[in-house]
Amino acid sequence: MQHKEAEIISPPGEGLTIGARTLRSRLILGSGGFTSLELLAGAVEASGTALVTVAMRRVEATARGSLIELLDGLGVGVLPNTAGCFTARDAVRTAQLAREALQTNWIKLEVIGDEQTLLPDAAELLVAAEQLVDDGFVVLPYTTDDPILARRLEDAGCAAVMPLGSPIGSGMGICNPYNIALICERAGVPVVLDAGVGTASDAALAMELGCAAVLCASAISRAEEPVAMARAIAAAVVAGHQARGAGRIPRRRFASASSPHEGMPDLG
Amino acid sequence: MIYVNGDEQQDATTVAALLERLGFGERARGLAVALDGEVVPRSEWHSAQLAPGARVEVVGATQGG
Repeated sequence: MQHKEAEIISPPGEGLTIGARTLRSRLILGSGGFTSLELLAGAVEASGTALVTVAMRRVEATARGSLIELLDGLGVGVLPNTAGCFTARDAVRTAQLAREALQTNWIKLEVIGDEQTLLPDAAELLVAAEQLVDDGFVVLPYTTDDPILARRLEDAGCAAVMPLGSPIGSGMGICNPYNIALICERAGVPVVLDAGVGTASDAALAMELGCAAVLCASAISRAEEPVAMARAIAAAVVAGHQARGAGRIPRRRFASASSPHEGMPDLG
Repeated sequence: MIYVNGDEQQDATTVAALLERLGFGERARGLAVALDGEVVPRSEWHSAQLAPGARVEVVGATQGG
């Protein structure tokens, strides 16, 4: 079983296919939290990412364009989100505005239930996902690590599912690796670990558990050295993906000698 | 009086006229407009009338997520 699973994992270096699009990197970068566009540009380059998230907000006549122009210039795709929306209605409207503004039908769907935890509102999320799929969007929902909700989102037609490892910006890593593994084993669409990554090892673990990609914002943008952390997390995503494909040894409680028992000299 | 991104503004006839007056320019890439909570496609900016009290939102991409 383990071996068979390993065979179907794409070889290292192969891109990430979501919907009809194949991305050259399995790291999706969140643009939030960078203190300057220069730092964001440095992290985009160091990460090797092909897709960067943006939020939709009110704009002034004097202050438009520079972020999108920067990302266009770096040759990366833009993934708008519905961050800050608390209802399906607001999330759907925000997605429609993003499609109109950015000429993309891809949307990172977020419907938040609570200011303090920023955890998804499962009921509103599913309603929004159904409406957006019907409206022709390629929907990538930010969801809890609930395998049943992940399945419901996939059944609704989402192009990927993006469970959290732990709350947004918490840096607590993957609090329930069992659930992430369960989602990965049963999903028919790519699973992207979204939220919770604190450092490189968290990203590697996500890939080892079977995730197809990792989405990372704060862990990079709020690191002491964001560009260096972008490089480290990118390497961890590749390492974790390769380790998953290589098939790890099973865990066991007692030692298992790697040197032979036979042929021991008698040193009586 | 109409409301643009929450601020009071003088009346304007259409979405296109409003954006022009505010300095956005019709071709401004990366913008989207909602009128009273509904998205107005770019192709309808010239025809979308603004009644007194209209609530207009002008949005674009910013860092996030």
